[in-house]
Amino acid sequence: MSLLQDLSKQLSEFQYKGHQFSCLPMTGEQDVLRVDVSDLEEMPIFVTVTDTQIICISYLFNKNEIYTEKEAELNQYMLELNVPIPLSSFAIVDDYYVIFGALSRGSKLESLGDELLTLAGNSVDSLQALEEFIK
Amino acid sequence: MNIITKLLTAIRGSAREIGESVVDTQSMRIFEQEIHDSKENLVEAKEGLTEIVAKKMAAERKLKELQSQISENEGYAVQALEKKDEALALEVAEKVAKLEDKAETIAEDVASYGKNVEVLKAQIQEAEKIIAEHERELAMVKTRESVQQATKSVTQTISANESSIGSARESLERIKQKQDMEQDKLEAGIQLRKDMDGDDLDKKLKESGIKHEKHSAEAVLARLKKK
Repeated sequence: MSLLQDLSKQLSEFQYKGHQFSCLPMTGEQDVLRVDVSDLEEMPIFVTVTDTQIICISYLFNKNEIYTEKEAELNQYMLELNVPIPLSSFAIVDDYYVIFGALSRGSKLESLGDELLTLAGNSVDSLQALEEFIK
Repeated sequence: MNIITKLLTAIRGSAREIGESVVDTQSMRIFEQEIHDSKENLVEAKEGLTEIVAKKMAAERKLKELQSQISENEGYAVQALEKKDEALALEVAEKVAKLEDKAETIAEDVASYGKNVEVLKAQIQEAEKIIAEHERELAMVKTRESVQQATKSVTQTISANESSIGSARESLERIKQKQDMEQDKLEAGIQLRKDMDGDDLDKKLKESGIKHEKHSAEAVLARLKKK
């Protein structure tokens, strides 16, 4: 069983601070696990595993969803927010603005649960905080 | 050009080409092979180092032995001289000279082994540094690769099922609706608590006879009697 499948199984039976994790494995060139954190389902998290780390990504918005004239300001704002935001960072993947966190492959289930819950919360908060930039 | 610069160049060049590799698989495999080879060389170098250190130790032991033989024989020569046995003294002196000759050669060996050890240690350290750096670079490239593939899989899933993620606007609306609903629930909860508290007070007042039941049997009877 791959690490991702294993994580999927463990997460589905795991509860962290009153939240459950519903997992949907998506097979492709690279296996991705979609995780919906209960009460924060609006911002699903996509988990992938590489040789060195577990990467958790939540998609905020597409570049074409923001006001073009405000793009530079948004980028500046997000860079400034990067450090103060606990555990998560902003990034751009292809045309998507994302918020993500990475963990060591050897992380405990609690750490992953903490990461997912924090990330989903940060994702919801960020989207609301950045609402003025969204069309 | 460092790896981050390379990555940035690749990203700039192909930002819109989803799934395009930063480094093609072939050169990545070569890079991996290089790291693997370097690691094997490193193992060999470490084995070589152990061997040289062992040789150095053996030479040092031999040198010590020779030095003690030299001083022992020097003692004999002095004793022979004391006994005025020049011939014997000369014979011992010749032995000392031979031993000194041997000791000198071995001392040279020890010095050269020592130098080799230093050089090898420095080389091993350097190689370890380079390998660690290459592994970090490879990890970075691979991460970019797998993130890209992951994104590809994710975007494919999203486009196959539009409603699975939706637009940021829609997500915002959903979040707001839910937060409003939670606020409503909270307020409803507070109201309910208030009502229940009110009920409690009513009950207490009635029990103490201060407040009367509007539709009690007594009240009905009294009303009927009046008719």
